[in-house]
Amino acid sequence: MDLSTINPALLVASLMVAATPILLAAIGELVVERSGVLNLGVEGMMITGAVCGFIAAVWTQNPWVGFVGAALGGAVLALLFALLTQVLLSNQVATGLALTLFGLGLSALLGQGYIGIRAPTLPRVDLGPLTDLPVVGRILFGQDPMVYLSLLIVAGVWAFLKFSRAGLVLRAVGENHGAAHALGYNVRIVRTCAIAFGGACAGLGGGYLSLVRVPQWTEGMTAGAGWIALAIVVFASWKPWRLLLGAYLFGGVTVLQLNLQAGGLAVPVEYLSMSPYLVTILVLVVMSAGRAPGSLGRTFHASS
Amino acid sequence: MLKLERRPQASTAWTYATPLLAVLLTMIAGGLLFAALGKDPFVAIRTIFWDPLFSEFSSFYRPQLLVKGAPLVLIAIGLSFGFRAGIWNIGAEGQYIVGALCGAAVGLAFYPMEARWLILPLMVIAGALGGLLWAMIPGLLKVRFGTNEILVSLMLVYVAENLLAAMALGPLRNPEGMGFPGSRNLSQYESATTWIDRSAGMHWGVVAALIAVIGAYVIMARHILGFQIRLTGQSPRAAAFSGVNPARLVLVCLGTSGALAGLAGMFEVAGPAGQVSIDFNVGYGFTAIIVAFLGRLHPVGILLAGGLMALTYIGGEIAQNQLQLPAAAIQLFQGMLLFFLLAVDVLTHYRVRFQRAEHRPAAKPAAAPEAAE
Repeated sequence: MDLSTINPALLVASLMVAATPILLAAIGELVVERSGVLNLGVEGMMITGAVCGFIAAVWTQNPWVGFVGAALGGAVLALLFALLTQVLLSNQVATGLALTLFGLGLSALLGQGYIGIRAPTLPRVDLGPLTDLPVVGRILFGQDPMVYLSLLIVAGVWAFLKFSRAGLVLRAVGENHGAAHALGYNVRIVRTCAIAFGGACAGLGGGYLSLVRVPQWTEGMTAGAGWIALAIVVFASWKPWRLLLGAYLFGGVTVLQLNLQAGGLAVPVEYLSMSPYLVTILVLVVMSAGRAPGSLGRTFHASS
Repeated sequence: MLKLERRPQASTAWTYATPLLAVLLTMIAGGLLFAALGKDPFVAIRTIFWDPLFSEFSSFYRPQLLVKGAPLVLIAIGLSFGFRAGIWNIGAEGQYIVGALCGAAVGLAFYPMEARWLILPLMVIAGALGGLLWAMIPGLLKVRFGTNEILVSLMLVYVAENLLAAMALGPLRNPEGMGFPGSRNLSQYESATTWIDRSAGMHWGVVAALIAVIGAYVIMARHILGFQIRLTGQSPRAAAFSGVNPARLVLVCLGTSGALAGLAGMFEVAGPAGQVSIDFNVGYGFTAIIVAFLGRLHPVGILLAGGLMALTYIGGEIAQNQLQLPAAAIQLFQGMLLFFLLAVDVLTHYRVRFQRAEHRPAAKPAAAPEAAE
C-alpha cells in the first residue's frame, strides 16, 4: 500500500465536496429542530431532491435550474410533513419515518428513465492566479459554487438565529411553544416555515449528490446521508458553526476511507465502507451532552 | 372554520376504523397514481389485492403469503413492544441481517453433517442471539451514554449491509461456488433448512410468527411487563414513580425486537432465500415499521396488517409482470399507506368541530398553559 499517493491539499479540497451534501441537509434540519420539530424524514427529502434536481437539470441542461428543482422537491415533501404534524397533529417520529419510506419510493419511481445518463454539472470556480496558489488555492478558491453557497447558508443561519427578531421568535417557539403561543406568535406558521426551509436545504443537499458529487442518478444513492445529517445536528449541539466542523470531520472520514480503498489497503472494501457509519455512532456517544431545544419533538395543540 | 378538540380519551370506534380508512384512502390515491402511470386503476388494484387470493392461479400465490408475511409479522411484533414504550428501534433491517448471518454461519459450520435435531435448534439460537446482540448496541449506548437509539440503530443497518457483503464474498462464500459470491444453499441442506412444506409455503418462521403473536398478546394483556410498557408509553413520569426501571425497559424492548428480527432473518436465509448473498435483505425490517403501525401496535392487528402487506408484495410482483407496473410504484404505495394512517389517526385523538369564524377571538384562550401531549 502506498500512502504517498494521497495528496493532503487534494484531500482537504475533496473532503469539502464530500461534506457539502450533509452540511446542507444538516443546516436545514438544525433550523427545523431549533423551532421544536424533529423531522426524521431528511433522508427521504434528500433523495427526492436528488431525483428532482437531476430531472430538472437534464431537461433544461442547466445545473442551476437543477438545484432550484432539488430545493423545490425537498420543500414540497417537507410541506407534506408539515401538514401531517402541524395540522393533523401526528406523531413526529413516525411521520418522519413515513416521509423517508415515501421519499425512497417516490424517488425510485420518478428516476426510472434517468438511470445511466449524465446531467450537466457545475464547473469549479477558477479565479486564475488565486486558484493556482500552492495548497490553499485549490482549497479556498477552486471549489464549485455550491460549496461556497453552503458556507453562506451556514453563516446566514447563524446570523439569523443570533441577531434577527424572527430568529428569536423561532427559538422561542422551539424552547417553549406554550409560552410563545401565549405571547401571540403563531407556532404553527413559524414551524411550517422552518420545516419548508429544512426541506429545501435537504433537497439542495440531495441535488448536490446527484449533480456534482456523483454526478448521476442511482436508486437509494443517498445511502444514509440524511441520517448522518441528523446525527451531526446532535453532535453540533444545535449550533451552526459546530455543525460545520462536524460535517467536515465526517467528510474527512469519508474521503480518507475512499482514498484508502483506492490506495489498496489490505482490508476488504466492505469494512472500510462501514467506517463513516461507525464514526457517526462514536461521535454520537462522545458528544451527546448538548442541550436540545425544550419543545423538541412535542406536538403543539392550542387547547384551552 | 374547522377546529380540533382534544378527546378526553382515545375513541375506540376510530381506533378500529382508522386503519381501514387508511387502506381505503391509499387504494384511491394508489389508483390515481396508477392512472397517472397510464394503467387502468381498477385492473391494477384488482391485480394487487384480489388476484393473489382468488384468481385461477391463486393456489400458486397463496403459499407466498405465508413466506412474505412471516418475517413481517415476526419483526413487527418485536418493534411494537418498543414503539408502545416510546423506544424507537428502526434498525430492524440490520438485526435481521445479523441474525441471518449468525444462523447461517452455524448451519454452514456443520455442513455436511446430518443431525437436524441438533443443527436447526442451534441455528435458531444463534439467529436470535445475533439479532439481540446487534440491538443491544443501541440499547447499551442509550442506557450508558444517552445516545439516540433511532440514529444508532439506523447507522447499524448500513454497517450490517456492509458486513453482509463482506461475509458473502469472504468467510461464508461457497467453497464449491466457482468463485461466485454467496454461500452454500442452506435450503437444500436437509439438516439446516427451515422449510416444513415448501409447496404450502410452510416454514418454521411462520410457526415462530404465530407463537410470537400469541406470546405478545399474553405479555401485553396479562403480564406486568406489558403493563410497564404501556404505562411508559403513555406517561414516562408516572411510570418512573410507579417503580419502572427505564434502563431495563429500554434493554428489554430493544432486545426483544432484535431477537425477533434476528430470528426472522435466520428463518429466511435457511428457507425462502436459501443462501447468504449480497442482496439478501429486501427491506422487511423497514416495511415491518409500517406493519406495526397499521396493526395499531396490537398483536392481532399486526397479524392482519402483515397479511395485507404481504399481499401488496405479491400483488405488486404480479402487477409488475402483467401490467409492467414499476416496482417502485409498490414501494411508494406502501409508503403512502403509512402516511394516510398517520393522517387519519387525528380522528382517534381529536374531535373535529365546526366553528364560526367570528367567535374565534373570544374563544381563544389568553394563554395555553401546556400543549397537548
